Amino acid sequence: MNLTLKIWRQANANDKGKMVDYQISDVSPDMSFLEMLDILNNELIEKGDEPVAFDHDCREGICGSCSLYINGEAHGPDRGITTCQLHMRMFKDGDTIFIEPFRAKAFPVIKDLVVDRSAFDRIQHAGGFISVNTSGNTIDANAIPINKEDADEAFSAATCIGCGACVASCKNSSAMLFVGAKVSQFALLPQGKIEATDRVLNMVKQMDDEGFGNCTNTGACEVECPKGISLENIARMNREYLAASLKG
Amino acid sequence: MALDSKIPQGPIADKWTNYKNNIDLVNPANKRNIDVIVVGTGLAGGSAAATLAELGYNVKAFCFQDSPRRAHSIAAQGGINAAKNYQGDGDSTYRLFYDTVKGGDYRSREANVYRLAEVSTNIIDQCVAQGVPFAREYGGLLDNRSFGGVLVSRTFYAAGQTGQQLLLGAYSAMNRQIGRGKIKMYNRHEMLDVVKVDGKARGIITRNLINGEIERHSAHAVVLGTGGYGNVFFLSTNAMGSNVTAAWKAHKRGAYFANPCYTQIHPTCIPVSGDHQSKLTLMSESLRNDGRIWVPKHKKDVEAIRNKTLKPTQIKEEDRDYYLERRYPAFGNLVPRDVASRAAKERCDAGFGVNATGEAVYLDFASAFMRYGKEQAHVKGLDENDDVLVRKLGQEIVKTKYGNLFQMYEKIVDENPYETPMMIYPAVHYTMGGVWVDYNLMTTVPGLYAIGEANFSDHGANRLGASALMQGLADGYFVLPYTIGDYLADDIRTGPISTDTKEFEEAEAEVRKNIDHLINNNGSHSVDYFHKKLGKIMWNKCGMARNEKDLKSAITEISELRAEFWKDVRVPGTANEFNEELAKAGRVADFLELGELFAKDALQREESAGGHFRDEYQTPEGEAVRRKEFQYVSAWEYKGEPKDAVLHQEALEYDNIKVKERSYK
Repeated sequence: MNLTLKIWRQANANDKGKMVDYQISDVSPDMSFLEMLDILNNELIEKGDEPVAFDHDCREGICGSCSLYINGEAHGPDRGITTCQLHMRMFKDGDTIFIEPFRAKAFPVIKDLVVDRSAFDRIQHAGGFISVNTSGNTIDANAIPINKEDADEAFSAATCIGCGACVASCKNSSAMLFVGAKVSQFALLPQGKIEATDRVLNMVKQMDDEGFGNCTNTGACEVECPKGISLENIARMNREYLAASLKG
Repeated sequence: MALDSKIPQGPIADKWTNYKNNIDLVNPANKRNIDVIVVGTGLAGGSAAATLAELGYNVKAFCFQDSPRRAHSIAAQGGINAAKNYQGDGDSTYRLFYDTVKGGDYRSREANVYRLAEVSTNIIDQCVAQGVPFAREYGGLLDNRSFGGVLVSRTFYAAGQTGQQLLLGAYSAMNRQIGRGKIKMYNRHEMLDVVKVDGKARGIITRNLINGEIERHSAHAVVLGTGGYGNVFFLSTNAMGSNVTAAWKAHKRGAYFANPCYTQIHPTCIPVSGDHQSKLTLMSESLRNDGRIWVPKHKKDVEAIRNKTLKPTQIKEEDRDYYLERRYPAFGNLVPRDVASRAAKERCDAGFGVNATGEAVYLDFASAFMRYGKEQAHVKGLDENDDVLVRKLGQEIVKTKYGNLFQMYEKIVDENPYETPMMIYPAVHYTMGGVWVDYNLMTTVPGLYAIGEANFSDHGANRLGASALMQGLADGYFVLPYTIGDYLADDIRTGPISTDTKEFEEAEAEVRKNIDHLINNNGSHSVDYFHKKLGKIMWNKCGMARNEKDLKSAITEISELRAEFWKDVRVPGTANEFNEELAKAGRVADFLELGELFAKDALQREESAGGHFRDEYQTPEGEAVRRKEFQYVSAWEYKGEPKDAVLHQEALEYDNIKVKERSYK
């Protein structure tokens, strides 16, 4: 199929940036979206033009690197996937596709479609861990039985890939789904309870300091999340935060 | 230089304990004066960085990704082995050791493997303490499953995302140390050289991938946890950015490179769909717990399937060839990866491949649906003879076990694997070869260490499933933190290492020269053009089966391609900006050297062992023929061009396991 691509081009963080049109032909429906961009880039390079910069790595939906905003949706029109898992069979011949970076005040553009998501790392530095030494001198793993439902729920929260689709989709650029998922993982496990108070307070503070917005319960984040992280995690974080503040 | 593996004396079960009792320690006050560089933040690098920082060293950690959490360990699916024997099925440290040495086709170092098996149980304890949400049974205890090449259930898992959960565990341990200021993290930095001062590794040269700045970083020791080199094949299950550059630069600075030809071709990957393809996707080996692998027995059915006039579900049971169950009744679908891959290739080469290109076999869950469904129907008191109901119940169970994998398959292939069998074909996945290290995990360059997939040590010629995660974390959490202390104990009075020396200056100048050449070359083809060509040579001539003639022509072709690359590659943009093509060009330049050494190593190894299969050395039934005279590690010393590399041999001795024919029948 033949497509028109409208792609955000921005030379660096200080450049103003603009949408640029590209034509691409002979796209196979079996290609992934990023493979389609590979072909575009190859054409651009061989013509002597600058290829489009975008983040990507594992190309199997788990590293969380890819981050495109396609036709107004984080990771494009399909559900439960990342951009690298989006296939061209979701589009049809003659389509015009808009490709933009994940936009948020806390995610400044580095180049073209590449944004800086290090704010997520800094939130994790503030409390996204259990303070246990990595010496191996811990108790036997089975000395901490955990009921399967809690373990499964903690796992579901922990499957967040940190891509930032939740932030890009939110009209307030809120990171509550991301932070809620990490707080929930530990809140659901006995190992995490000991530091629960400080964890939620510190992570939320860092989240606010990074310039993420607040949650107004629109739920766009849950819809666009490639890993199906549930809004319940935000509710759980709010309960944890309230309890911690009262203790505080 | 003679290779000294530095294996401690004493009985194998006591070696590690005795070793730890006799090494030099660095006191906490002195650790504060010692800097360690860790390159790579996957399971090995991440766990090492966290533990070294926790011990008190000043750690500088580097990754080319935008966050340490994105290292490719994240994509490991199936699980992690540990000799916990929670299932009471006869597992033990010895048995894990035995399975690993046998699985590696008697080409790994006994003492290292035993230590790995010994610390495996600590990993699980450690990860649970960190909040890693492993799968559990209803009673609240940890669940296990089985992997290829073993007869016990010792694999711990977190659905199909075990690597993700373990890496996030290591990342959280890193975060704690980053928050405390003990790790200084450098994201989006690529290591481009190792700097040696007075023969010791004392630093690295990096490029900041955002603004192109070339930086010098010094330390008292340098640790490489930079993964494997599967991307030399262009198409592999590795991430797009996975590369050999750090390991290769270390090689060029004097670190021997061991067994480069030992490559794991993983049997259960999604088949190639076309020339546009940028990477291959693995389906976890855990699927072979429940999936049965087959091709049609008759050519006419194969034809009909390829013409789409017949569906696989329409082929009767007696017209199917479950070739692994047929050839290897003892292990069936759970034979090790090298055996399963070759068996798939054998059937496809014989004309029984089931997709358009004839390079696919079926992985079928139909009998698992019925088996689980019957059990569920029985538990729930429903009609066990209602096939439709039973199938549905069974599918639900399979979904809880492998749901994410089934979804991944459907998104890529556009077929529903609950309704029709999956199609799979082997793909390059893991590299057992790597930088040569001694028992301390130190390379032949003093102060330069290699851990995880980057080193060669524990998997011999073939790695068993769920052992990569085990080795990465064992090296990083429990082995390196001890062994590196023994080395650093001599450095307590050294003081900070200056980067203002001629050694750093020279290394930086060389890096800049390389970059300038690539940027100003102005050739006619993109980096990918050359990478794809290299991949084709590697796959066709150094792939699942190799022979003398092909390997010799591969060596010539790769060396010609390398010359063409340097003459004709086109890298757009400038050196002082975010420039992915430039980063890729540097990586492919190194693959073009490694590829040739790989072929040379494969040519020199006149035997079949594990992932290395030589057509000339096989039994009439097509099984690998290992040769006693090759019972050694091939460690290559850099001498300029790959063709001039010099071979050093480390003899492998087996005192605790009897070397015998590796049979899974």
